[in-house]
Order: sequence, then C-alpha cells, then structure tokens
Amino acid sequence: MDIAILSRIQFAFTVSFHILFPAFSIGLVTFLTIMEGCWLKTKNPLYYRICKFWTKVFALTFGMGVVSGIVMEFQFGTNWSGFTYAVGNVLGSLFTYEVLTAFFIEAGFLGVMLFGWDKVGPKLHYFATCLVFVGVTLSAFWILSANSWMQTPDGVVLKDGRFIADDWLHIIFNPSVIPRYFHMLLAAYITTGFVITSVSAYYILKQVHLDFAKKCFSFTLAALTILVPVQIYVGDSVGLEVHRNQPIKTAAMEGVWNTQRGAPFLIFAYPDMTLQKNLFALKIPKGAAFINTHNWDGKLVGLKSVPRADQPFVPFVFYAFRIMVGLGLLMLLVVFTSLWLRFRKKLYDKRWFLHICTWIAPIGFIAVWTGWVTAETGRQPWVVYNHLRTDYSASHVNLYHVITSLALIVIVYGIIFGYFYFKFLFKILRAGPEIKLESYDQPFTYLVGSRTEQKK
Amino acid sequence: MTYLIMGWGAIIALCILMYVILDGFTLGAGILLPFIRKDEDRDIVFSSVLPNWDGNQTWLVLSGASLYGAFPTAFSTLLPTLYLPLILMVVCLLFRGVTFEFRLKAKAHNKRKWEALFTFGSIAAAFLQGLLLGTFVKGFGSDIHYLVVPAYKWLTPFSITTGVSVIFGYALLGATRLIGKTTGELQEKYYKLAKVAIVIVALFMVAISIWTPFVDPTINSKWFNPARMPYLAILPIVTGIVFIWCWIAIDRRHEYWPFWLSVTMFICAYIGFGYSSWPYIVPHAITIWQAASPRYALAFTMVGAVIMIPVLMFYTFSSYRIFKGKIKNVIEY
Repeated sequence: MDIAILSRIQFAFTVSFHILFPAFSIGLVTFLTIMEGCWLKTKNPLYYRICKFWTKVFALTFGMGVVSGIVMEFQFGTNWSGFTYAVGNVLGSLFTYEVLTAFFIEAGFLGVMLFGWDKVGPKLHYFATCLVFVGVTLSAFWILSANSWMQTPDGVVLKDGRFIADDWLHIIFNPSVIPRYFHMLLAAYITTGFVITSVSAYYILKQVHLDFAKKCFSFTLAALTILVPVQIYVGDSVGLEVHRNQPIKTAAMEGVWNTQRGAPFLIFAYPDMTLQKNLFALKIPKGAAFINTHNWDGKLVGLKSVPRADQPFVPFVFYAFRIMVGLGLLMLLVVFTSLWLRFRKKLYDKRWFLHICTWIAPIGFIAVWTGWVTAETGRQPWVVYNHLRTDYSASHVNLYHVITSLALIVIVYGIIFGYFYFKFLFKILRAGPEIKLESYDQPFTYLVGSRTEQKK
Repeated sequence: MTYLIMGWGAIIALCILMYVILDGFTLGAGILLPFIRKDEDRDIVFSSVLPNWDGNQTWLVLSGASLYGAFPTAFSTLLPTLYLPLILMVVCLLFRGVTFEFRLKAKAHNKRKWEALFTFGSIAAAFLQGLLLGTFVKGFGSDIHYLVVPAYKWLTPFSITTGVSVIFGYALLGATRLIGKTTGELQEKYYKLAKVAIVIVALFMVAISIWTPFVDPTINSKWFNPARMPYLAILPIVTGIVFIWCWIAIDRRHEYWPFWLSVTMFICAYIGFGYSSWPYIVPHAITIWQAASPRYALAFTMVGAVIMIPVLMFYTFSSYRIFKGKIKNVIEY
C-alpha cells in the first residue's frame, strides 16, 4: 500500500463524516432564523417551542462539525504537504478569510444563540441567530470557492512548481464557484428539510406534539416543494459548467468512452476500466448529450481521449452520479405528492405518506455524499485540475504513522459520530419538543442569572 | 514586504497566544476536574466554560489557516514532520469537544463517565501541545524538507518535560480562572489547587529556562550573548516578580488578579520561547523570510486581518462580558 492511497482513504473518510455536519447545520440555522423571526413577529409560543427544540439538535450537530473540521484543517498539512506547499498562498489565503470572516462570527455568536436566551433581550438574541446564519453561509462560500478553484483553477501563475496568486477576483470567483455554491447551499437546505419533515411525520404518526409537528411538517414540505425543483435546475447548470470546464469528469459521469455526438444516457451500465467500455448498458438515446449540452446532437468528449493514467476511477463517478440524480427525482416525487395532498387538504391524514416521509430522513445526506464523491473522484487523478497530480501531493511521512492515524481516526470517528452522535440525536428526538410551561412564561429564567444580580 | 512578513508573524504569534490562554483555561478546567467531587460543583465548572469553548478553539483554527496562507513552506514542513503528535493532538481536541457536548445530553448516572473522558482528553491534549512546543523549540535539522520528511525524534526528554509542564500551566490557568467564576467552598478549593499548581509551574519554568539554551547551540549563543545579557535579564526578573505577586494574590484570596498574573507568566514564557526561535519559523532550518508567501497574497490577507482582528477581539471580549460573573446555576439547552 502506498502512502498516497492511505492518505486518500484517510481524507475521504474524515471528509465524508465532516461534510454531513455542516450540511445539516447550515440548513438548521437557516430554519431557526426563519422560525425565530416568525416568533418575534407573531409572538406565537409555538414558534418559540420550534426554535428551542431544533436549537438542541443544532447545538449537537454544530459541535460535531467544529471538531471534525479541525482535523480536516491540520490534515491538509500533515498528509498533503506537496499540495499545501504548491497552493498555500492561494488556498491558505482563502482559508484565512474563511476563519476571519465566517468562523469567528459563528463561534462568537453561537454562545449567545445557544445559552444567551436569558442574558440578552429577544431582539439581540435574534441578531445573534442571524449572524450565525450569515457566518455559516459565508463559510460555505469560502470553502466552495477553495474547492472550486481546485476544479477550475484561475487567476494564478505557475512559478517553480508553485501557484502564485495573480488576480484574487479570478481566484475567488473562479469559473465554477457560483453554480457549485448554490448547489451546495440548496443541498444543505433540502437535506435538513427532509430531516425535519421526517421527525414531524413521525410525531404525527405517533399522535404526539401535534400542533408542533404539523407546523414543521407543513412548513418544510412547502419549502421543499420550491427548493427541490430549483435544485434540479441549479444541478443542471452545474452539469453544463462541468462539461464546459472538466469534460473528462462529464465523460466519467456519463460513461462516455469515445468522443461522440448525441451520446445516450445510460440508465444502468458497468463501466469497465480495463476493457475501456461499458457492459450491460441500458440506454436512452441522445440523453447524455442533451443533459450536458442542452442539444440532442451535442458533442461529448470521450474518456479515451486522455491516457489511462489521466482517467478518474470511472465506476465511482458513474454510480455516485446516478444515485444522486435518482435521489433527486425521488425527492421531486415526494414533494409533488405532498402538493397534491395539500390541495386535497389531506396532508396530515394519509398514513402511507407519513410513513414514506418518516423513512426519507437520510435521503439528503446520501445525495450530498454521492454528489461530493462525483465531484471529487471525478477530478482525479488531479488535485488541482490539469495542473497538480494527487499522488505527487502526498507527504512522504512514515507509512506506519499514517496507518496508525488512519486506524485511530476510524475507531474514534466510528464510536463518536457513528454511535454516540446518533444515540444523543435520537434521545433529543424521542424526548420531543415539550418544555416546562413556566419556562415559557419567563423564558429566560432557567439559565444562569448574573446580569440582574450585578445590577443589584 | 518586510513589514508584511513581520505583520503576519506577529498575527500568528498573537493567535497562538490567544488560543493558549483561552483554551488553556478550558483544558485546565478539565485537568482539575477529578479534584472536584460534588456533582453540583462539576456542573458549575462545565457551565463556566461552555459558552465560549468553541470560540476559543477558533483561534487555533485561525493560527493554522494563517500559517497555511502566509507561510506555506513552514506549514508544509512542520506539519508532516510532527505528523503523529499533531494528529493525536487534534484527535484529543475532537474527543474533548464531543465529550463536552455528550455530557450535556447524557443521563445523570453516565455523566461521570463522560467527565472522566473529558479529563483524559484535556490532559492528553495539553501534554501533546507541550510536546509539540518542546520539539519546535529544540528545532529541526537543516535537512528538513516539505516532501522528504526525515524520521524525526519528537519524543525526547526535553519535549516530555515541556509536555508535562504545559499540563500544570493549563491547570494553573484553569484554577485561577475558576476562582473568578465560583464562590464559597468550591472557590476555596480552587485557591488551594492554584497554590499547588503555581509552585510546580515555577519549578518547571526554572528548569526549562536553564535547559533550553543547552538543547541547541543556536539558542545558546542567543541567550549567552554578553552584549544582550542586561536586556535579556529583564525577562526572568519580571517573570520572578509576577510569580511572587501571583502567589501573594492567591494567598490573600484576590478573585481576579491571580488569573491575569498567570496569563502574564504565560506571556513571559511565550516571549522566551519566541526569542529562542526568532527569526526561524521552522527553528534553525527555515526563517520567516524564506517561508513567506509572495507579496500579493500577504497583502490580500493582511487587508482582511487588519479589518477583522480588532472586530474579533472586540466581540470575543463582548461575548465574555455577556457571560461574565459568578456561575450560580447550571447551563443547559
């Protein structure tokens, strides 16, 4: 086993866990910002209960995202020193901006948002919530900007094996960042939307916390009815952008081996790397050409146009893309069903629909993860597309050190995120949104009192 | 260009110092937790650090990101060289962070288990940070390179000593900080712990100060330079005065002085290590001038840093203000 492969496994493993937490927290804080706004406007205690309940889930999830993020940051240097050496002044600067403008806003106001209900007035508390929302939204932008730069590098000059920043506007707003950023943000909202839908559907099925559950259920399904079609449209523009900038990635996604016009969409196939062709293909004629170029006779570049060594591992990209698209269509089906039920005023009454909604919780996470696999394995063998190869970027550290760290990370992550996170998440969900009545009458008493006492 | 590089060096130094102080007392609270027996008291300890620990860690994230952006050569050389202790350290921080969260959610009879793990994570993270410090100060060979990492000894008597000393140092910060956050019996306990900790810290500081110039000839020639001796003598003298003052402050049961004086002791030690390493960012191999990013990148990030760091300082401060004062009750969601 060589170090580059081990480091890739370690990176893939840590990022696979990490990406799910921010995706969930971005969506949750957006939801909380809307709900707390509703509470301030209407003074309806139901919104207050919604905020208090989902804040618990947010706090747990956000903490996981922060700690797993620190591992990611140091891992760049420990395992990918060839990469950090070459791109440091470009990507390191973007990370610096991410921390300066986003992380500190999140971290600084998170304390107030979670624990400050009785320390500050409702308006200032809402201000803190809004700033946490701004923080996470900005941090998603910076990280997507850095990642998109690796897909479509721009605004740099190459000098002595390093990328030297030359034009920051072109680096930050590189050709792929805008569609990819909105694709990711929407993915985060939708992921969270389906989780909230699922929990609410579960409560409705159990006939508990009904007013709470119906409010959340109706709101998130309405939001999803708008978001899912928009996401499909944005996803389509990402597809066009990928085809324009990374044609080989498109070829891997669609299983196109030979450059051709009017390539078919493969519903199923086994892309065989050794034979360099597809086996068991089930096709829709001209489908792939239309999807990626919006022209039935559009030309797609084939994988064989580059040497074997410059091709990504096609099955990963191919299947991950299909799973993501398939889940997207499934989401569309669910939200259209909800729309139909809503018009017939039966949204909360159909048990089969509530059952589907309960089980649909992980759909967004799987779609985010497979989308990420499509984007990142589709970029291989490059770490900076067409410029810097992944296997040249790995640090030449002691092999056994990498094995040790990988084993440690797998064990710790498996226990912490794989078991305990879910254990405590389900504990919160089972306990439900009930809060003691007196704590609503005086919402700010159950916490620490010091301000009032200081005044005395 | 010189100012840009110096500026970034100063910013990173400041970020690390902020991290060491802010997360130092959080880790310290964890290190001293076994001495706190009563459940109610433990709840108070957790409540005192809970609202801010995430912000504290962000200073570490900023140190890492700035080093990556401003001195990529140093980032790409130091991190793989310190591979194992560094990964272990961040995993310990991760561990410490989640035990924090999980303890809040756990059933009463399971809280103790999470607290034990929290203490373990805190001690291990503190030790590894000290170990990394010792390895860094001792320096690296000139054969160090970002791609070809020499098998480097990070487990030396010196680095183990600095590792242990940081455990006690953080314990001192934790105890003096909690003196300000508690009352009555619990506060009295922290006064006693602080008194023990400060004596041990002083012994370690003396030992390490004597030892440091002998781990590497470059450091030796810096400290035993006759022309600079009178100026250099200021540092140990100031440290000594602060130490005695801090001890008296604890003895006289001052509430806030002990913390700020402990912080001053940390700053003195920090200046000492900084002087030993200057101008190297990878000690005795790569200087900050050699490791710096090109001008355009440094200037770009400097704009953000100049605008944002005062803002960060301001709201770190105001976030602490909101949660200032004694902890009376327990924080939960």
